[in-house]
Amino acid sequence: MSININMKDKTISFKGSLTFENVNTYYEKLNKSKIKDINIIDLQNLELIDSSGIALIDNIIHNSVSNTTLNNVPKQIQDAIHTFSSKNISLSPPVPKTRPLEKAGELVYNAMLDLKSFVFLTSEIVILSITGIFNRKGQRKGSILQQCLLLGVDSVGIISLLSFILGFILALQSAAQLRQFGANIFVADLLAISMVREMGPMMTAIIVAGRSGSSIASEIATMKVTEEIDALKTMAINPVQYIMVPKFIAITVCMPLLVTISVSVGIIGGLTIAVTYLDLSVASFFHQLFSTLTIKDEIIGLSKSFFFAWNIVLVACFYGLKVEGGAEGVGIVTTKSVVAAIFGVIIFDAIFSLFYMI
Amino acid sequence: MNNSVIDIKNLKVQYGDNTVLHNVSASIPKNKITVILGGSGCGKTTLIKSVLKLHHPTSGSINIFGNETINLSDEDFVPYLKEVGMLFQNGALLNSISVADNVAIPLEQHTNLPKPIIDRIIRVKLELVNLSHAIHLFPSELSGGMKKRAALSRAIALDPKILFCDEPSAGLDPITSENLDNLIIKLKNQLNMTIVIVTHELASIHRIADEIIFLDKGYVLYQGTLNDAKKARIPELNRFFSVGTY
Ligand SMILES: Nc1ncnc2c1ncn2[C@@H]1O[C@H](COP(=O)(O)OP(=O)(O)O)[C@@H](O)[C@H]1O
Ligand SMILES: [Mg+2]
Repeated sequence: MSININMKDKTISFKGSLTFENVNTYYEKLNKSKIKDINIIDLQNLELIDSSGIALIDNIIHNSVSNTTLNNVPKQIQDAIHTFSSKNISLSPPVPKTRPLEKAGELVYNAMLDLKSFVFLTSEIVILSITGIFNRKGQRKGSILQQCLLLGVDSVGIISLLSFILGFILALQSAAQLRQFGANIFVADLLAISMVREMGPMMTAIIVAGRSGSSIASEIATMKVTEEIDALKTMAINPVQYIMVPKFIAITVCMPLLVTISVSVGIIGGLTIAVTYLDLSVASFFHQLFSTLTIKDEIIGLSKSFFFAWNIVLVACFYGLKVEGGAEGVGIVTTKSVVAAIFGVIIFDAIFSLFYMI
Repeated sequence: MNNSVIDIKNLKVQYGDNTVLHNVSASIPKNKITVILGGSGCGKTTLIKSVLKLHHPTSGSINIFGNETINLSDEDFVPYLKEVGMLFQNGALLNSISVADNVAIPLEQHTNLPKPIIDRIIRVKLELVNLSHAIHLFPSELSGGMKKRAALSRAIALDPKILFCDEPSAGLDPITSENLDNLIIKLKNQLNMTIVIVTHELASIHRIADEIIFLDKGYVLYQGTLNDAKKARIPELNRFFSVGTY
C-alpha cells in the first residue's frame, strides 16, 4: 500500500489498496504536497478499491487545474470506477435561505392561521360534544367511559398523593407563624380558602396537563402520521367526532371530580398537622373550616376546573393535529402541547383571580 | 477451504413461548447472492436479526468469518457489525435528520474520511439508488419505496463485506426494482460483497439469485443453487415457483 507523487511529471500512482482504511492518509499527503496540477493518475499496481478510493480519485480530478487521465486501470477497478464515480453527479442545489423580514412575516401569518384553525377546531368539538350527548352516532360505543377511565380514574392516585403532600406543606409552613400569635385555629381557614380556590384546581390541572394532555396530543399526532386519521376520513367518519369528542366529554366530567378529590385530600393533609402539631381537635377544625367556606368559593373552584379541563383537551387536540413529519414530529408537538396547556392554565387562573377579586 | 462467510447450525429462536425457528442450519457462501425464501411470517426477518444479534437465539451456533459469535458480548460484536450493512424491512431511517445525514452516519462514525470525500460518497450512494434529487429531504417527505432506497444507500455507505436486505423490492415498481437488482449484482461483482436478500419477487430471484435458502414452518426445507431448486422435488418449493408469489 503506497502512494507515489511525482511532482515533475505531475503523476500520482497508487499501489496496493485504496480503501476506507487509507484514503484519509493519502488525502492528507496530497494536501501537504500542495500539488495543484495532476496530469496522470496511474493505477497499474492498484489491486483493491472501494467507494472512498473512487471518491478520492474524483476529488483529485475535480481539484486539478488541467485535465487528468487515468492510466493502466485494471478491468475490475475500471468497472467499479464506472459504477461508483461521483464525477457526473451534479451538486444538488443548496437549500434557499429565507430573509429575516420574510421569516417574521411568515411567523405572524402562521400564528394567525393557527389561531383560525384553533377557533374552528374548538367550535367543532364543542358543538359536536353538545349534540353528541343526545346522538351517539359517529362515536365508538363505550369510548366515553373508556376515556373517563384513562384520563380521570387513572390519575386519582397521583393527584391524591400530591394534594395530600401539598396540604401538609401548606399547614406546616403556616403553623409556626400561627402558633406565635395563638391563632392555631386559623390554619383551617387558610387551608379551606387556598385549597378550594387556588391550589386544588391548579394542582389538578397541572397534573392532568402533564399526564392526560400529553397522552392526548401524542395519541392524535401518532394517528395522524400513521395515516389513521386519513383512514377514518375515507371511511366517511369525522375524526373530530370519533376521537376528540369522547375525550372532551370525558375530561369535562372527570375534572370537577378530580378537583374535589384533590381539595378533600389536601385538607386532610393539612388536618394531620393541625391535629398533631397545633393541638386542634378534628371537630373544631372542621367547624372552623365550614364556617369560613362560602358557596362562592366552591363555585370559583369548580368553574375554574371546567376552564382548565377544556383548555387542556383543546390545546392537546390542536397540537396533535398540527403534527408535521414522522415519528419525530410527535415528540415535538407533545412537548409544545404540555407547555401551552400549563401556560393556559396559569393565564386562566390569573383571569379568574382578577374577576373574583372582591 | 471453507467458502462460506456465515454458518448457522441447529439454530432455535423463540419469542417467549412461541418458537419461530425450530432447527435452522444454513450457510451463506462468500461473494454470492443468497436469497432467503419463505411464506410471510415464517421467520426470515427473525433469522437475519438473530445473525446480527438483535434477537438472542435459544440455542444453536452462528459462525461469522469463521468465528463463533453467538456468545459474544455486544461490545465484542462491534467489529463484525462494521463489516455488515442491513436494509430493514421498513427502512428504519432516522426521522429527525435528512436523507444525506442518514447516509452520512456510518461514514462519520466509523471512518476518519475528510468531508469532501464523505460528501462525494453520499452523493454516489444516493445516485446509485436514483435518489440524488431527494438528498436534502427528510424521511417523512419520502414515499415508501423511496425510504427503502434511501435506507439501502445508508446500508451500503461503508461498502460492507456482507449486505443483508429485507424485502428490498417490496413497494417498488418493476423498473426501479430491476435497477436495484442490477445495483446488487454490481455490488457483488465490483466490490466483492456477499449479499443476503429476503424477497418474494420471482423475476428478481431469477435475475440475481446464486443460492436459495427455503424456510418453512421454522425449518430449512432446501438450500442450494437456483437451478437445482427448480428441479428439487419439494412440493412447497415447487408451488412457490409455479405460483409466483406466496
Ligand atoms: N417482536 C416480536 N415479538 C413476538 N413475536 C414476533 C416478533 N417479531 C416477530 N414475531 C413472530 O415471529 C414470526 C416470524 O416473524 P418474521 O421473522 O418477522 O417473519 P417474516 O418471515 O415475514 O420476516 C411471526 O409469526 C411473528 O408473529
Ligand atoms: Mg420480514
